[in-house]
Parts: sequence; structure tokens; C-alpha cells
Amino acid sequence: MINNSSSSYTNVMLRILLYIILFLFAFYYLLPLFVMITTSLKSLEEIKTGSLVSLPRELTFDAWSVAWSKACTGIKCEGLKPYFWNSIFIAIPAVMISTFIGALNGYVIAQWRFKWSNIIFALLLFGCFIPFQVILLPMARVLGILNLAGSIPGLILVHVVYGIGFTTLFFRNFYVSIPVELIKAAKIDGANFFRIFWSIFLPLSLPIIVVTVIWQFTQIWNDFLFGVSFSEAGTQPITVALNNIVNSTTGVKEYNVDMASAIIAALPTLLVYIIAGKYFIRGLTAGSVKG
Amino acid sequence: MNSVLNIRNVNKKFGKVNVLNDININLNKGEFLVLVGPSGCGKSTLLNCIAGLEKIDSGDIHIDEKNMINIEPKDRDIAMVFQSYALYPTMTVEKNITFGMKVRGLDKETQKNKLQEVVKQLQIENLLNRKPSQLSGGQRQRVAMGRALVRDPKLFLFDEPLSNLDAKLRVEMRTEIKKLHYDLNASMVYVTHDQIEAMTLATKIVVMKDGVIQQIGSPFQIYNTPANIFVADFMGSPSMNLIKATTTKNKGQYLIEINKNKKKPAILKYNCKENLPKEIIIGIRPENIIEKNSSKDKNFQAIKSDVKVIEPAGSDTFIVTDLGGSEVTARFHSESEVTLGSEIDFHFNLSKASIFDPKTGNRLN
Repeated sequence: MINNSSSSYTNVMLRILLYIILFLFAFYYLLPLFVMITTSLKSLEEIKTGSLVSLPRELTFDAWSVAWSKACTGIKCEGLKPYFWNSIFIAIPAVMISTFIGALNGYVIAQWRFKWSNIIFALLLFGCFIPFQVILLPMARVLGILNLAGSIPGLILVHVVYGIGFTTLFFRNFYVSIPVELIKAAKIDGANFFRIFWSIFLPLSLPIIVVTVIWQFTQIWNDFLFGVSFSEAGTQPITVALNNIVNSTTGVKEYNVDMASAIIAALPTLLVYIIAGKYFIRGLTAGSVKG
Repeated sequence: MNSVLNIRNVNKKFGKVNVLNDININLNKGEFLVLVGPSGCGKSTLLNCIAGLEKIDSGDIHIDEKNMINIEPKDRDIAMVFQSYALYPTMTVEKNITFGMKVRGLDKETQKNKLQEVVKQLQIENLLNRKPSQLSGGQRQRVAMGRALVRDPKLFLFDEPLSNLDAKLRVEMRTEIKKLHYDLNASMVYVTHDQIEAMTLATKIVVMKDGVIQQIGSPFQIYNTPANIFVADFMGSPSMNLIKATTTKNKGQYLIEINKNKKKPAILKYNCKENLPKEIIIGIRPENIIEKNSSKDKNFQAIKSDVKVIEPAGSDTFIVTDLGGSEVTARFHSESEVTLGSEIDFHFNLSKASIFDPKTGNRLN
């Protein structure tokens, strides 16, 4: 009995300690976000006079509207709006195309083993480890040849090509656990390569599609290097515009606008996590194989 | 009788390994063929070749007297049931069963009628809207069979369909498959490593080992006149006793000498038309070694030996003793009162025995 109560006492203490540590970490990570949000809601006046961590005395969304439609990125002063749409037009097709190609690649490599399939998979995997910087020059040349330099389709192409290695890896690892007998059964049922993919494999891929979409969207939306290298005046993504707003050195530094811009630029990825996370269901394939 | 499946001189290699070595099998309409052998013997590969899921290197496969070379699985008029059931996980039972018909473009009316017919036959009407993950092993098995049945094929292929079920369910489904075979008068090819399944289901058994057919025959033939030591040992449970012995010819009769542990060897008389070599192996099933020569049949000859192990099995009791340097199992009545370690008479019925050549392993009588 004595042992029992003393051990439960230790357990409670350990638990309290654990919560304290977790709370400290959460606080540490959330503090910058807090500062960003409060600063973006303050007037410039208040930022200059008040403390960094204090709540705004007076809520104002002026900085947000400036960031969205008036802030200057170099010589133009149209805010983040056009660049936000650029990023949308780049990210959405690039995510869709690279996810689809990855699914098809993974399906072929995992389920339709052909002579060189392992070597091709190894090469694709190798593609995941190539640093961004290495492909800048060759890619610029390729885009030039294809007459896509500085265009949004050009950026889509870059992101699709760079993403295929990852998306293929995700889908291949998912499909490799699906028994080959499923394909055999479908073949005997008369389904062909694409029918099997559409009717049987894609419907059970929801969890891995969600993972891939989150990964790809975050990568592409947050990309700066490709965006700054392969775009021109009208086609820059939001990350490049954000950099230009923050680094514009004319006049007074508007911290509230900078903060609002940064939050706007980060919102879509946050949104993707919140929405897609709900569909992150595991175990959809349960029951297709052995009891 | 018309041939439903005819396999001629089929060879297949994986790399340098001969997985199928000159396979020749014929199956007539309504027959139940069981391919049996230890794992890795090529039986599943052969089934996949029949289905068209694997290419053969040489030879011919005819289904319903049509050559199947370069014919896709879907055009072979076959249906297959897999070990893992291979149900489409995202589809309901109904969709699983009708998927094949949908792909082949059958009209809705026909699909519905066939579905109703099959689910009634398999008693799975109340499962139609469930997903495979919501079914028990036995139910999944039924759905997988339903998917095959709606096809109404020339040939059914089963790839170890019962090996994922628990023992009791396995016996039930075995009976059900046998009934189905009888009701449909269907032609079936069934792969298993379980020799009891093979014996109970088959009208014709093919025993395979290392890609080579060891014997083709009815369950009775396979059981009673195995073609070689491998078949003798593989089929039957408990397996056939294989006893080393030496022969001497004496007045048109053979005398067979079996060594006993530290004692005078036992001598049995054996009549046989064939010439036997000096060294032989006697294959004799436990039920042909009994405790008492009740019928006074002159085929029975007694050997005295020590009781080493007693294994009661309910209906019978198996007695193990040492003869010819190996363990020999005899089948006694469950009421027999034998004590461990005592020396008793074992009555051998040599007329039911198989004689093998120890060098080649082949049957001699």
C-alpha cells in the first residue's frame, strides 16, 4: 500500500513536471506569433512608443489593408495582392500535376515491376537529395529553350519537376504495402492499367494524397529561390514580394505592415494544414488483405 | 469427354531456377484438379500461368481447346479466388462482385440478376452494402467466391483460398467448395499445400516438387500407390512409414529382413512378380500395421518390437516403435491396452505396402 501511494505521488509529480515543460515550449514557440499578430494590429505610432509584447491599445486593420493592396514592392505600390494570386496560380497546378504524376509513378514502380523499375526508383529518389542551387543554371537554360523563362507556366514546370521525386517516393511507399493480388484480381476481372489505377488504387489513396498535397503545397508556396530566379516583374510569387516589401528602404520602416504581410504570406499553408488534416484518415486499406 | 484445360510441355524459369519443368496435365469438364506440394514447388506459379498472370517460356496451355498463348487473363474465360481474397478495399460487397461485369460492359439488368443469384447461393444477401473491412474472414472468403461465380467461367482457379481461415471454418468452407463443385458441375483447379484438402476435394491430384510433377492420379491412387518416396511421405497424416530393409530371394518368394535395435532382425515373407534389388525401402501406412490379426488373413505377419511412444488420437491410438533404424507408427484401436516400453506384436499387411528403390526413390511394385 505504501509503495502504491508513493509511486502514484511520483507519477503525479512527473506529470506536472511534464506539463510545465510542454507549456514552456509552447510559450517559447508561440511568442513570436503573438508579437507578429499584435504588432500587425497596432498603429505605427503605438509601435514606436509602446512595448514589443504589449497588447494593442487600439485595434486597427490599416496595416493589413496596406499590406494587401498598397505596400510598395520596389517601384510598384500595389501590395501583396497580385503576387498572392501569382503564388496561387503557380502552387495549385504544380501541386495537382506533381501529385498526380507521383501517384502514377508510385503505382507503376510498386505494382507493375518492370526490368529497370528499381533503378529508376533509385534515380528518382536521388532527385530528392539534389539541392535547389544545383539545378538553377541548367533549369534556366531549359526554360529558355522551352520559351518559358520568367513565366508562370515556367515556374509550374520547375516545381513539378523538382517535386516528382518526393511525390513518387510517397506514393510508391504507400502502394508497395498493397498486395499484388489486388492487381491480379482486377486483371482477371478485365480491368486495364488505367482502369485499375482509377477504380481501385486512387480511391484508397486518400491518406497519402493528403500527405503529398500538404508537403508539396508547403514546399511550393514557401519557395523563394526558384521564385526569385525564374520570375520577372509580373510573375513573382508572394515570397519574393514579401522580401521586397520588407527590404524596401524608402522612408520609415512600417513594422505593422511587414508583420501583416508575413502573416498573409503564411496563411494559405496554415489553412491547408487545418483543412486537409481533417481528412488525414489512416487504415483505409484495412480489410483488403488477411483478416 | 472434352478437355477444359490442357497443359503441354510447359517450362518456366525465374533467372536460372527451373520453376516449371516440362509440365503436362489434362483436365476434363467437371473435374476437380488439386495441385499440391510443399511451398516453392511451383504450384502457384503454374496456376498464375494458367490464369495468364505469368508468361510461360515454352509449351502450350489450352483452355476449352483454344490456345492461350498471348491471350490476356480477362479473355481466358476464367475466374480466380486468391489466398488474401484480394477484395477491392474501397468498394462495397455489391461493387466488388459486379466490378468485373461492369468493366466488361454488361447491362445493368444482367448484372443485377447475376448478383442476386450468386449472393443467394452464398447466403451473403445481408452483406451487400458492407465494405471488406467490415467482414469476417469467412465472409470475405464468400465474397471472393461470389466474384468468381458471377463470371460463370469455363474454369475456376483457387490459390490456397482457405489457408487464412481458422481450422474450424476451413473445414466448413472446404465442404462448401465441394458442394459448389458438385452443384455447378464446374471445372476447378485448386492449389494447396495441405494434403488433407487435396485428398478431400480432388477428383484428380497433381503432386509437385521443385517444379516437377511427381505423380498425377485420383486421391485413391495417390494414397495407396504413391509413385515415389516423396509422394508417399507427403500425402497422408500421419505419413507413411518408410522402413529400410534388405531382400533375399528364396524359392520364388522374397524374404525381407528388417533390422531391429540390438536384437535379431525380423524376417517377413513377400510375394512379388518384379525383381527387387538387395536394398529396398518399404512404405507402409500406419493403418496397415495393426495390433491383432483378427481376420486371420495370411497377409498379416507379426514383428515383435518395443513400444516407444503412445499417442491417443481419440478414434485410434498411434503406437510408435523403432524398426530398420527409423521410427515406425502403427494404428491401434483406441481401446488397446498397451504399456510403454513393453514388447508387443505388430502385424504388418505387406500386400498393401509400397516397395521403393532407395537410390532413385521410385516405386518398384
